[in-house]
Amino acid sequence: MPNLRRFPLDWLILPLIGCAIVLCLWSVTSATWAPTLPSPWQTWVASKTYVLEPFAKRGELDQGILRFAWYSLILVSKGYFLAILIGTPLGFLLGMSATASRMLDPLIQILRPVSPLAWLPLGLVLFSKSEPAAVFTIAVCSMWPTVLNTAVGVRAIPQDYLNVAKVLKLSRTKMLWKIMIPATLPYMFTGYRLSLGIAWLVIVAAEMLTGSPGVGGFLWQEYNSLIYEHILLCILTIGLIGFVLDRLMSLVEQRFRTA
Amino acid sequence: MLTLKHVGKGFQTRTGRVEVLREIDLTVEPGEFVAIVGFSGSGKTTLISLIAGLLQADRGVIALDGRPITGPGPERGVVFQNYSLLPWLTVAENIGLAVDQVFPKWSRAERTAYIDRFVALVNLTPARDKLPRQLSGGMRQRVAVARALAIDPQILLLDEPLSALDALTRGNLQDEIARLHQQERKTIILITNDVDEGILLADRIIPLTIGPGATLGPSFPVDIDRPRDRKALNHDPAFKRIRKEVTDWLLTTGRRRPPLASPPISHEPTSTLAGAHR
Repeated sequence: MPNLRRFPLDWLILPLIGCAIVLCLWSVTSATWAPTLPSPWQTWVASKTYVLEPFAKRGELDQGILRFAWYSLILVSKGYFLAILIGTPLGFLLGMSATASRMLDPLIQILRPVSPLAWLPLGLVLFSKSEPAAVFTIAVCSMWPTVLNTAVGVRAIPQDYLNVAKVLKLSRTKMLWKIMIPATLPYMFTGYRLSLGIAWLVIVAAEMLTGSPGVGGFLWQEYNSLIYEHILLCILTIGLIGFVLDRLMSLVEQRFRTA
Repeated sequence: MLTLKHVGKGFQTRTGRVEVLREIDLTVEPGEFVAIVGFSGSGKTTLISLIAGLLQADRGVIALDGRPITGPGPERGVVFQNYSLLPWLTVAENIGLAVDQVFPKWSRAERTAYIDRFVALVNLTPARDKLPRQLSGGMRQRVAVARALAIDPQILLLDEPLSALDALTRGNLQDEIARLHQQERKTIILITNDVDEGILLADRIIPLTIGPGATLGPSFPVDIDRPRDRKALNHDPAFKRIRKEVTDWLLTTGRRRPPLASPPISHEPTSTLAGAHR
């Protein structure tokens, strides 16, 4: 595609054009080879109440879309903060100690590819109730980018900074807080951002399997009731919230920019 | 007084052991300015790291005032080749980090006044609250020197501090180092690859032979009066003589690689039993 010259508001207009193209493809698809797929207009009509009354509560699994999103976000934040609280020190340990790294690295590589759908039943076995199981699942799945990126960051600290610390005879605590953490911060934030993305992904699966109220739970219920318009609504909501979370994370990252 | 006796250091590499330095003997008196000149890769940084205590010698003893050196410490200030300023701290904060370590009990006002004195010493007062990325290479190196001086070290170790700078900035900073030596009367060991720089700044120059297995050559005293004017020096016969001597030594003796393994096989009869026909 040839590069267009920049014009006012192009950051808004170009994505809108992209969305319009997708909407056209969607309409064409539902009109031709997938008749069971609701068209954009049908989706809107069926979803109006959920969107226009986003905070209404009519029943446990019949609430406004933002209320559902709120429940999901609360659950995500519990699991996510647990993940970074455990993952960051673990990453530091791996980065600082070659022995720990050799010991734990194969274990991490084995645990990393396991899907949340496999962790959740284990969580239910361990914790019996669905909320702790979901929090456990989110934490275990989203921890790994934080651990690995932090470890890489620690290993990447220039030897010169550590030499400065040695010559000044900085205590281990001071070396950690004044040199190692600021130097590793950019890597840590990359890990946090990736972990947040995974946590949000996992929440949907976790809710679907446990039936908790939230965007994922709502989506699964509507699938079982064959109301496909609401599935599409959920997909859009999940995507938009994920986008907003990522943006917020990058703002926080800017605020803490160091090296 | 710093002494190095029969110091040797080697490293284990993939292809075997490499002896970087051997039989290093050096004595530096308090207040002296010693320049060590050598080829690239001859082990100059290894030598300064040994004196700084960042590396441990394999053989020999390094002692400061009679006490062997076991590790790094603020009594031996170091200015690294790559400045090593912490990029998230301002000029004042970088120096402050060092000051806090060495003088932890001072009040805020004392601390600030002390830091400002050193910032002024290297002529960086307008840049006091800037981050390293906002400074030029020469300015960063000046901060590194200020930080090293602020801990009030017994010895200042400069590891090719001016190598990464352009010639003009290099000239400026050489003058500052000379001025600091005059003013503060610190013991300074300067590692450099520039013979002229050594003659301009130091009381004596010691060449380091080419590596591996580098060792120190003889001391060449620089008996030119201070303050030394760079322009006048060009016409000074003593300067030319010393420069010729040091350069000649480096390019002849200094360039000869020392024997590596066992001593050479002698073809002369050394046994007292055989060939006793006198």
